[in-house]
Amino acid sequence: MTSYATPRFLDAGEAALTIEFGDSVDAQINARVLALDARLRHAAPQGLIETLPTYRALLVCYEPLILSRERLVEIVGAQLAEPPLPAAAAAQARWRLPCCYEAPCGEDFAEAAASLGLTPARFVELHAGADYRAYMYGFAPGWCYLGGLPTELALPRRATPRTPTPPGAVLIGGGLALVASNPMPTGWYVVGRTPERLFSPQREPPLFIAPGDLLRFEPVDIESFRALEARAAKGERLAVREGA
Amino acid sequence: MSARLRILSAGPGVTLQDEGRRGFLRYGVTPAGPMDADSFLAATRAAGASAAIEVSLGGVEIAAEEGEIGLAVCGGNFDVRLDGRPLPGACALTLAPGARLALRAGPSGAWAYVAPLGRFDLPMILGSLATHTRSGLGGLEGRALAAGDALGVLEPRVGPGEPMALHAPWLGAASQEFRILFGPQQNHFANETLAKFLASPWRLSARSDRMAYRLEGPKLAHRSGHDIVSDGLAMGAIQIPGDGAPLVLMADRQPTGGYPKIAHVIGADLAALAQMRPGEELRFAAVSLEEAVAARRARARALAEGLRLEPITPELTSELLLERNLVGGVVGDFNLPE
Repeated sequence: MTSYATPRFLDAGEAALTIEFGDSVDAQINARVLALDARLRHAAPQGLIETLPTYRALLVCYEPLILSRERLVEIVGAQLAEPPLPAAAAAQARWRLPCCYEAPCGEDFAEAAASLGLTPARFVELHAGADYRAYMYGFAPGWCYLGGLPTELALPRRATPRTPTPPGAVLIGGGLALVASNPMPTGWYVVGRTPERLFSPQREPPLFIAPGDLLRFEPVDIESFRALEARAAKGERLAVREGA
Repeated sequence: MSARLRILSAGPGVTLQDEGRRGFLRYGVTPAGPMDADSFLAATRAAGASAAIEVSLGGVEIAAEEGEIGLAVCGGNFDVRLDGRPLPGACALTLAPGARLALRAGPSGAWAYVAPLGRFDLPMILGSLATHTRSGLGGLEGRALAAGDALGVLEPRVGPGEPMALHAPWLGAASQEFRILFGPQQNHFANETLAKFLASPWRLSARSDRMAYRLEGPKLAHRSGHDIVSDGLAMGAIQIPGDGAPLVLMADRQPTGGYPKIAHVIGADLAALAQMRPGEELRFAAVSLEEAVAARRARARALAEGLRLEPITPELTSELLLERNLVGGVVGDFNLPE
């Protein structure tokens, strides 16, 4: 793991700047990304279009005819010298998300448990016993990448993608965890499903788990899953927010 | 007052687009928006609209229902006909009930835009009408348009009584050479590989779509592995996946990706790149950040100049207009009202 003492500024075309803080998936590196993201959004310099925090980098989309690269780098430097916004730390939420591992929800559960040499009970104990950190969204709406998967559950991704995931898929792959909303083909393993709608464009806010938030999965059986799914369909939010 | 546009036929990949969805990249939401922003802006500005039907090479046939609707058409040198009468590829017209506007692939170009003088009666999803079919967001039910679809248009206005040619000063000529800025991961490639990337002609693959333009040519080898820790993707990013064949990420790209990005096509050249067709050849030329910003400034100046409508003389067809570059026989230039 390398965390850069000073971030690297890399052009992604003339209207986007990648600001890299390190070269790996690491909570401290990601926290630096999120702290700068919060500061830049707060400063909101004219010409800043949108920011996209990922594991170890912040993509800053800007209009260079309004905000020059030179000026943007200066602003970022000044923001990095400031302490993190107190609001950013307080905003970190802790969520409990229901997850059903049973058939037919955990479509690849048996396959994943067998590949890892774990009994189903041990698999659930490990997966639901871990504290996860939301690092970033990416790939598709509401696909939230999580760190904190126990090493016993590290399974390489499939060589070829599986069929589209069910809604609310809870996935593992490549040593990471993921909770997804929209169905997409993927090389990861669907080990469970959450009845929660992580992304709902009609609901305000459409997404509630923010990068930097912590979460745990709470096992539910298939009957509870169906009951919860019916409540979610009516617009209810199922995830429980614990104290910050 | 309202009217409807009825889709009589539509090839695959005809969608409704506005400038795109902003502010939700951080939640994995793709911006979508037009493939060719320059032609989109010509059509929508001429119509005083914010959204347009993006027409693919599959073409489209449209009729008006309930009342007359003004339309502005632009992009990709399409074959445009009003009840069989050929019109310039960029034009403004009024579609009366019973009349039929047809767009088909012309001699070149890949995307055309049809903007109504009015606004589509469709819900905004996350602040935008832009269709992203992969995630089922925006447009009409999150999907591509199909025969039989009806698009309500609120506050429709009529266009010119006689169709007129549309001239937008920012629309450049077709190009086969596109300027790039290296980075951010050019150090994942040996200098010889970077030189090969610039020296080779590339062919646009048939497996190209709104998400990415795939390029066929020599394989570009990575120095060590083809995985990076996933980060954000801007439009025009050129990813080199494991198979060594470049992918230029376009309007429907996923917001993040885990392949090294050798370079980015500069903003001023994205519209022309979008208009390339599968099978056509292209090359890349490296420029500096200053040159890329200067090109962006030149485009912004042209955008500020405004549009002109020009009468169409009877013998003018799309082909003739192309030869004359739309400027021959100008009678009365005027800016369209917003």
